[in-house]
Amino acid sequence: MNMISFPSRRSRGKVHAPTVTLAHGGGGKAMKDLIDDLFVGAFDNPLLAPLDDQARIDLSSLAQYGDRLAFTTDSFVVDPLIFPGGDIGKLAVCGTVNDLAVGGAVPLYLSCAVIIEEGVPMDFLRRIAQSMAVTAQEAGVTIVTGDTKVVNKGACDQMFITTTGVGVVAAGVELGAHRARPGDAVLVNGLLGDHGAAILGARGDMALRAPIESDCAPLQGLIARLLEAAPNTRFMRDATRGGIATVLNEIAEASQIAIEIDEAATPLRDEVRGFCEILGLDPLYLANEGKIVAIAPPDEAAAAVDAMRAHPLGRQAALIGHVTAGEPGRVAMRTIFGGRRIVDMLVGEQLPRIC
Amino acid sequence: MRYVDEFRDRAKADVLIKAIEQLLARMKRDETRPLQIMEVCGGHTHSIFRYGVEGMLPKSIELVHGPGCPVCVLPMGRVDDGVAIAERPEVIFATFGDAMRVPGSRKSLLQAKADGCDVRMVYSPMDALALARRNPEREVVFFGIGFETTMPSTALTVLQAEREGIENFSIFCNHITIVPTIKAILDSPDLRLDGFLGPGHVSMVIGDAPYEFIARYYKRPMVIAGFEPLDILQSIWMLLKQIDEGRCEIENQYTRVAAREGNSIALQAVARVYELREFFEWRGLGSIDHSGVKIRDAYGRFDAERKFAVPNARIADPKSCQCGEVLKGVIKPWQCKVFGRACTPETPLGALMVSSEGACAAYYQYGGVKRGRDEAEASVA
Repeated sequence: MNMISFPSRRSRGKVHAPTVTLAHGGGGKAMKDLIDDLFVGAFDNPLLAPLDDQARIDLSSLAQYGDRLAFTTDSFVVDPLIFPGGDIGKLAVCGTVNDLAVGGAVPLYLSCAVIIEEGVPMDFLRRIAQSMAVTAQEAGVTIVTGDTKVVNKGACDQMFITTTGVGVVAAGVELGAHRARPGDAVLVNGLLGDHGAAILGARGDMALRAPIESDCAPLQGLIARLLEAAPNTRFMRDATRGGIATVLNEIAEASQIAIEIDEAATPLRDEVRGFCEILGLDPLYLANEGKIVAIAPPDEAAAAVDAMRAHPLGRQAALIGHVTAGEPGRVAMRTIFGGRRIVDMLVGEQLPRIC
Repeated sequence: MRYVDEFRDRAKADVLIKAIEQLLARMKRDETRPLQIMEVCGGHTHSIFRYGVEGMLPKSIELVHGPGCPVCVLPMGRVDDGVAIAERPEVIFATFGDAMRVPGSRKSLLQAKADGCDVRMVYSPMDALALARRNPEREVVFFGIGFETTMPSTALTVLQAEREGIENFSIFCNHITIVPTIKAILDSPDLRLDGFLGPGHVSMVIGDAPYEFIARYYKRPMVIAGFEPLDILQSIWMLLKQIDEGRCEIENQYTRVAAREGNSIALQAVARVYELREFFEWRGLGSIDHSGVKIRDAYGRFDAERKFAVPNARIADPKSCQCGEVLKGVIKPWQCKVFGRACTPETPLGALMVSSEGACAAYYQYGGVKRGRDEAEASVA
């Protein structure tokens, strides 16, 4: 594949065109100006600035953080691109940062590949680049390499972003979906379903306006506090697509244990509950972008909850259930009504019910 | 959340469960079999599974999950017709979300959308009319499905389109009516049901009177029930009380929403826009006389079936499907030969696996796949 990388001439270019055109992906001056002005300007850092074909990172600088490299990638195609509480740029940074952090890694470097549909307003692109820069700073990561492509109108929906992240896992941190044991506590760091509800609301096709903001946030700080307080935490996963129901099923399957959660203990915003009531959706399956499920051993559960609650992104952290020795792979919920039901993997997409 | 949490109160549930147990203990009944109560409406089925109501009830009560899921009972032939309309390049096909996954013989609307058809999910027929206003160069077709609950809103939308003179809007009408179907179930020779939970939202529109024949001629009691879990428990208790006292009546638990005489404005709109079809095909139940409605001649220009030629082919249910027996309470979902094997929510063969309101899908999703085995384990323990 012929990757177009940042050209290496050093005078910083400036974009004048009001919209992105195919010329901005053509490899010539227009592209250099776009990259210089929008991306290099926003992400400003010494590793990116030379615009070589790759960022080069000293191994010794990595080794100070731990003994294993963590490496992950994710693509972002959200609709709409700007939504209450965030935008595709913020999401693209948080998503990859969180994927590193839940593995116990300190997130350090990101790459950013952008596919842009011709005709996208330049100001819009600038806003997204700025948003990525601000979020990266908040997350303590540096965007050190990237790629830009412009495609014909209709070949993509305005803008797709792929970020790849590198982090380092400290010695002794061992997390895995297969490590849950009966008696372990199931924890979340706050109100569930905000992102999914915010996106559905923002699309406007539900004719429902709800004051719900996406929970999109980088969680490396919260997770570091959690691991300090509960060093024997078994596993963490960010509950993105498919919501916490999906994550719990994945853990139950991988560890060959059962999980029982308590509906009354599951933190939900009233607005999200109302949104789900009206549309016939189940909040357990709604996406989150700033929420994790953590499995902690019984003797560290309280400390883990306290540590999360002490962090701004974990104020409503809660113990929502336990790992049990029940039928392997099964996730059940004690309902607020006192009944019990299975929480299975979702089949396909959640669709609003007719009545 | 007000008006919701009150109806999910666990302490009140305990009181009702105790009352139900006491009633059962003193009732004279055939103890060799459970009392079979059918909840007619898919909304009830959904609530029962969502809150785990069934597991809270004494074992001597068996809930039979009825035919009242309009998405489930939509036959393949009608889905095919809908897809054929959606495939016309000028058409924007607007539908409720959960109808998108219903399999046709060729494809579902979800697949049609993936293949390039302009299929839009809407939450109300009025949203579809708004699409027609915004897209005057396109033909907007609304997939009208549902019982008397959704029938009036579709009718009112047709009347609104007429008032505004909107010509690029039509309804692909698949509205069905519940009463003939309850009658068909009651006429079935293998019927064992002891009573019914009546559909609360249908009753909000049609009132109590259309059910009178159930009590009078078939000697079965019915309680029109709300959809929150406490509504359902209270309705079961009311039904048991009728059985205990030897009464057969149409009672109403859902008085906060459903009035005895129904909703006259909704009924007028329904009468103005629709007329009964001679028969309508139901997935799982076959053809039932007078169980569907079509758009009257006076509003023919809003009828998608007249506007666009549709194939109108009858597609038979798969032979292995035992939905009919499940619907009548003859077998439980997991006793069906294909349940969880050939028939899953991903690849539904039968009506009841199609939507989350269908009994089989609810069992599959919320705790039925391994239910038989669980019960065996529980009895050993």
